[in-house]
Amino acid sequence: MPILEVKSISKSYRQAGGNTTAAIGSISCQVEPGEFVSFVGPSGCGKTTLLMTIAGLLAPSAGSVLVNSKEISSPPPDLVLLFQEYNKSLFAWRTVLGNVRFGLEARGDRSSNASSKARSLIDLVGLKGFENHFPWELSGGMQQRVAIARALAYEPKVLLMDEPFGSLDALTRLELEDAVLRLWAELKTTIVFITHDIEEAIYLSDRILVLSRRPSEIIEEMPVDFPRPRNQVSTRAEARFMEIRNTIYRQISSPAD
Amino acid sequence: MGGAKTFNWAGWSSLILLLLAWELGARSTAALQVYLPPISEVIGASGQLFIAGQLGDHALVTLERFFAGYLIASGIGVSVGIGLGYFRSLHNLVGIVIEFLRPMPSVAIIPVAILMLGIGDSMIVAVTVYATVWPILINTIDGVRHIDSTLVDTGRTFGLSRWRILWQIILPGASPYIVTGLRIALAIALILVTTAEMVAGSKGLGFFILDEERSMNSSNMYAGVVIVAALGYALNRLFLALESRVMRWRHGMVARETA
Repeated sequence: MPILEVKSISKSYRQAGGNTTAAIGSISCQVEPGEFVSFVGPSGCGKTTLLMTIAGLLAPSAGSVLVNSKEISSPPPDLVLLFQEYNKSLFAWRTVLGNVRFGLEARGDRSSNASSKARSLIDLVGLKGFENHFPWELSGGMQQRVAIARALAYEPKVLLMDEPFGSLDALTRLELEDAVLRLWAELKTTIVFITHDIEEAIYLSDRILVLSRRPSEIIEEMPVDFPRPRNQVSTRAEARFMEIRNTIYRQISSPAD
Repeated sequence: MGGAKTFNWAGWSSLILLLLAWELGARSTAALQVYLPPISEVIGASGQLFIAGQLGDHALVTLERFFAGYLIASGIGVSVGIGLGYFRSLHNLVGIVIEFLRPMPSVAIIPVAILMLGIGDSMIVAVTVYATVWPILINTIDGVRHIDSTLVDTGRTFGLSRWRILWQIILPGASPYIVTGLRIALAIALILVTTAEMVAGSKGLGFFILDEERSMNSSNMYAGVVIVAALGYALNRLFLALESRVMRWRHGMVARETA
């Protein structure tokens, strides 16, 4: 049974002039528990709108989103969205520990060992020793690690990630990709990932859904079956990796007609 | 962070030079001393008044009124400000009224307050609340408006109720603006308390200053002025000390951004 079902959702915005623009044409898909699924699409194709809708932060113009077979009308409890803009999403007035503890508090865990749970998560994302730092004292990559730890503290069944590494440098990005894969394998969450980086999507995912330009629709579904754990060097060096990359690239870059 | 605080020699020297100029200037002209007694006499008068218990009583009354007015205004300003900043429809409802009332010089409300509340503590506190609430209210609304929507969405995706979003995200998120409002309000509150006491008091430093002036007792009058000034200074220092504790997270951030 799928943990997440998207049933022909569409989304249009009314613009100042009175015209409406369609961000999402019609999208349907299913995600199985424990899966790592990525949406890839050209920039401005409504990826963020799609994820905000799945997260229950935006209402779709039509269609529905089901989490655990239940239609959602507000942000569902089993699901959390990780934003690209970690600097806007982290709480500047809370320390690293405080931010991660927020994830626990949000699901009602105010137990005495909440702090030790938060500490072990901070350890897990590789930030041991930075518990009492404020977010502004950390680099971008470290801040996003805090945001990831905070999201994991909430123990979501589904973690939505909106281009989480989009504003990080290339090297940090590779590091965090591996960190997320490790956490995903360890905690067995379901991850729905959005990126415009095709190779990142291939490297991370079990399955890739390719989105068209606005109004976006799914134009291709690609299973990715490289063995896990994956490796930044050997996985990316496989001939099949390039093959998938080129197929997706052609679909995104040329208008599909 | 923060850097070691060094004693500001230059600043304190300027103050001492000013007081010295006052002393010598006043002593050089006998005619002037009626209006401007030397600072040494003012200090002497302050000491005597304190020993007699007179000045301390007045200062205490003024402080009580000040804190009552300031705290009530802070409560109203922050809570209403968060409501108005967060719920746009609420702001549409009362925004224009605020824009009309706010620019009016607050002391103009004193006669109205006397008419409605008579002369007494409640009038003085009410006037202080009225004047003090504006900077807190306006800054709080501004602060709430400046919160990035991502921050609120973060609260929503973590399943926070609206009330908890207000309490755990909006309030701390707007706190740098709120603190600015509270600091401006501090000075205004003291101005209004003393002014109201001058107009319609039988106690308090404002009353004391005007009363001594009317009795041509200029040393005592200046003693009152000096005490009000010292009170303002001390309250501001107290505020800054509290602020640097509560807003510790902010100071390093600002230092980094402006470096």
